[in-house]
Amino acid sequence: MPDATGLELIAQRVRESLGDEAVVGTQYYREQATLQVAPGSVRDVLTHFRDTDPEPYERLMSVHGCDYLPEEPRLGVHYELLSTDRCERLRVKTRLTVEQAETEGLPSIVEIYPGAEFHEREVFDFFGVVFSGHPDLRRIAMPEDYVGHPQRRDFPMGGEEVLFTFNEHELPRWYDK
Amino acid sequence: MEVIRQKLGPADEFRAKQMNAQRMLRGELPDDELQQYVEERIWLTTLEKAQNWARKNALFPLGFGLACCAIEMITIIGSPRNDIARFGAEAVRASPRQADFMMLSGRVSIKMAPVIRRIYDQMLEPKWVIAMGACSSSAGMFNNYAVVAGADKFLPVDVYVPGCPPRPEALIYGINKLQAKIIENPTQGWRERYNAEGTEERA
Amino acid sequence: MTDPLSVPYREREGSVTMSAMDAGPEIAEEREAELMTLNIGPHHPATHGVLRLLTTLQGETVIETTPIVGYVHTGIEKSCEDQQYWKAITFVERMDYLAYYSNAMAYCMAVEKLLDEPVPDRAQYLRVIHLELNRISSHLFWLATAALDVGAVSMLFWGCRERDQILDLFEMSSGQRFHTRYFQVGGVMEDLPPGWDTKCRELLRDLPARLDQYEALLDGNEIFIQRLRNTGIVSQERMLELGVTGPMLRATGNPWDLRKAMPYSSYDHFDFKIPVGTVGDNFDRYRVRMAEMRESLKIVEQALDGLPEGPYITSNRKVALPPRHELATSMEALIHHFKLVTEGFRVPPGEAYVAIESPRGEMGCFIVADGSAKPARVHMRDPSFANMHSIQPMSEGALIADMIASVAMLDPILGGIDR
Repeated sequence: MPDATGLELIAQRVRESLGDEAVVGTQYYREQATLQVAPGSVRDVLTHFRDTDPEPYERLMSVHGCDYLPEEPRLGVHYELLSTDRCERLRVKTRLTVEQAETEGLPSIVEIYPGAEFHEREVFDFFGVVFSGHPDLRRIAMPEDYVGHPQRRDFPMGGEEVLFTFNEHELPRWYDK
Repeated sequence: MEVIRQKLGPADEFRAKQMNAQRMLRGELPDDELQQYVEERIWLTTLEKAQNWARKNALFPLGFGLACCAIEMITIIGSPRNDIARFGAEAVRASPRQADFMMLSGRVSIKMAPVIRRIYDQMLEPKWVIAMGACSSSAGMFNNYAVVAGADKFLPVDVYVPGCPPRPEALIYGINKLQAKIIENPTQGWRERYNAEGTEERA
Repeated sequence: MTDPLSVPYREREGSVTMSAMDAGPEIAEEREAELMTLNIGPHHPATHGVLRLLTTLQGETVIETTPIVGYVHTGIEKSCEDQQYWKAITFVERMDYLAYYSNAMAYCMAVEKLLDEPVPDRAQYLRVIHLELNRISSHLFWLATAALDVGAVSMLFWGCRERDQILDLFEMSSGQRFHTRYFQVGGVMEDLPPGWDTKCRELLRDLPARLDQYEALLDGNEIFIQRLRNTGIVSQERMLELGVTGPMLRATGNPWDLRKAMPYSSYDHFDFKIPVGTVGDNFDRYRVRMAEMRESLKIVEQALDGLPEGPYITSNRKVALPPRHELATSMEALIHHFKLVTEGFRVPPGEAYVAIESPRGEMGCFIVADGSAKPARVHMRDPSFANMHSIQPMSEGALIADMIASVAMLDPILGGIDR
């Protein structure tokens, strides 16, 4: 893991090559480094980390979505980067509102990290973040005709009451209804 | 119907029985003795009962692994410790056409439910279903947006095996229960219960 | 409503008559060049669960494969958001159902990271012992089913026999054969029961000889070798691009293993090797897993020998339940117990991603805490999910029978893929 100073240096290098507005902020918490970037520049930042940065992160391990409900912008997408040479991890994070996620969305990174394909489909399925440029953006886990994005926090948990033998007799001929 | 195994008894008695049989074959037995001889050896039962007895002891399960419980389901077949072949249910079929009963082992998601129903429809009658584990019985701990709360919402279930996952012994007990059910009452009465007359298969 | 029985059976069921079967030989020539779409799964014995592969075939050659998943999507991540931190362990264990200890370990380590809670040495060793036994049992089950897929039926019985021995050990230590919920935040649930050590050493003594038997059975089997050798080759670069980890990656010759590269728990205390392959074909994947089992046995043995004395769970009463005997004597312990069981513990707001090496690769757990007693988001980076990317390069251009062997050697766990 890069330390807090290392994270600032990383952020500085991203600012130098991609402009000041690409980096929104840095967070260093429990020895884990997070670089928060603007939604539009996700692809550029990750390309920078893979190709041009002097300390590259050549592997993308995971992409996860997250819903920070009371806060705005609500949705977050995290990219877990890994450098196998230095054994370091870096989290690139971006935040976007629901409207942003459903209209313009994020640039897809499948071209630079082909391993992101299913992860991006999963984030789209569960959180409704559109990835522009994804080769095959369909739902991955839910049925194709499902409505809604179930892992958003305002989506109800669902579930229904189950009739067991002990409460079945309270509803005589329940199966007629 | 039950098979009663008898001991042979002492040697001279056995010898007498042999002599009796030889006389019967030669047609030398008098009428009353012949009557007794036949009564001792012939079983009378209905064809349905005999058929159910055969069915019960040669159940072909449909190997339907859904989730965690599938591992325990494979354990009852694969593990030498809980050999389901003792109860005649070890010949797992991959095709629903050849299977007698379906073991729903694992959680039934809303995406999988139509597939299960379709496979169930493809099975030939008579057919039975064991819901193995809490999830396929009642959604268990995963009572949420993605899981059908119990497989009995869309197909008739005969035996529920509780547990998360049930031990192999529990599943074997469930299969024994199903066997008892087959020999007692093969129609199960679920068509009346679920108001499902008209779903019988016709040639 | 029309009488359903008035409709002919085949029509009711919606099945299709294969009229092409009756066609004459002149159509057969055309068929050589014709593409056929074949749907394998979701109910198919060779897909290890409910994986569905939509393949396009030309003759017997696979032109294109699309894995379709989601048939056991259970919404576990969503369910976890409704549970207190220590109750969610039960849920995460049911994701990758052959590597339940790895699931629980990744989750517990992520929560411990957020809490900044140290774990006692003995607990770390007990965790390693169980993780490695779990790795062996998972690989044994993979061996049983994968060998079954390529035609070695008797391996199913052998594999299940040894696996039962390991599950007995789990049952002794925790009371369940699987989904044990043995790992707690801050340590493990209970210390090892008396007699566990002896039984475990019996297993350690027997298993190498048994593995030799399996290898004698499989390595000299011409059919087995022909089905695996030089099939499903994917280069190391491609695997790295696709984010594939675990034995699949190591079979191509890349020794990336988080136990060595970024040691967690107490893996840096043990002496073990990382087996790697050379070609990256299915046979290498098989050999790597077989060698991994032997290395895991070494780790278990070293951990048993060097098992330190001390507490098996943290003494922080805000996180871990007080021991049972204290409840009768100490009011304070009773209050802690009550608070923990009813409310759970609160975790300061923050985010953490912790990755460990599961039997299938990097198992990561990402948790967002919002300061309450329930996680705001739990996401598991499941190795099977990422490894599924390699189905396409492994199978495209290969024969369909080789694709089945490749999927078997991929060892996908659908519960982990769909979660």
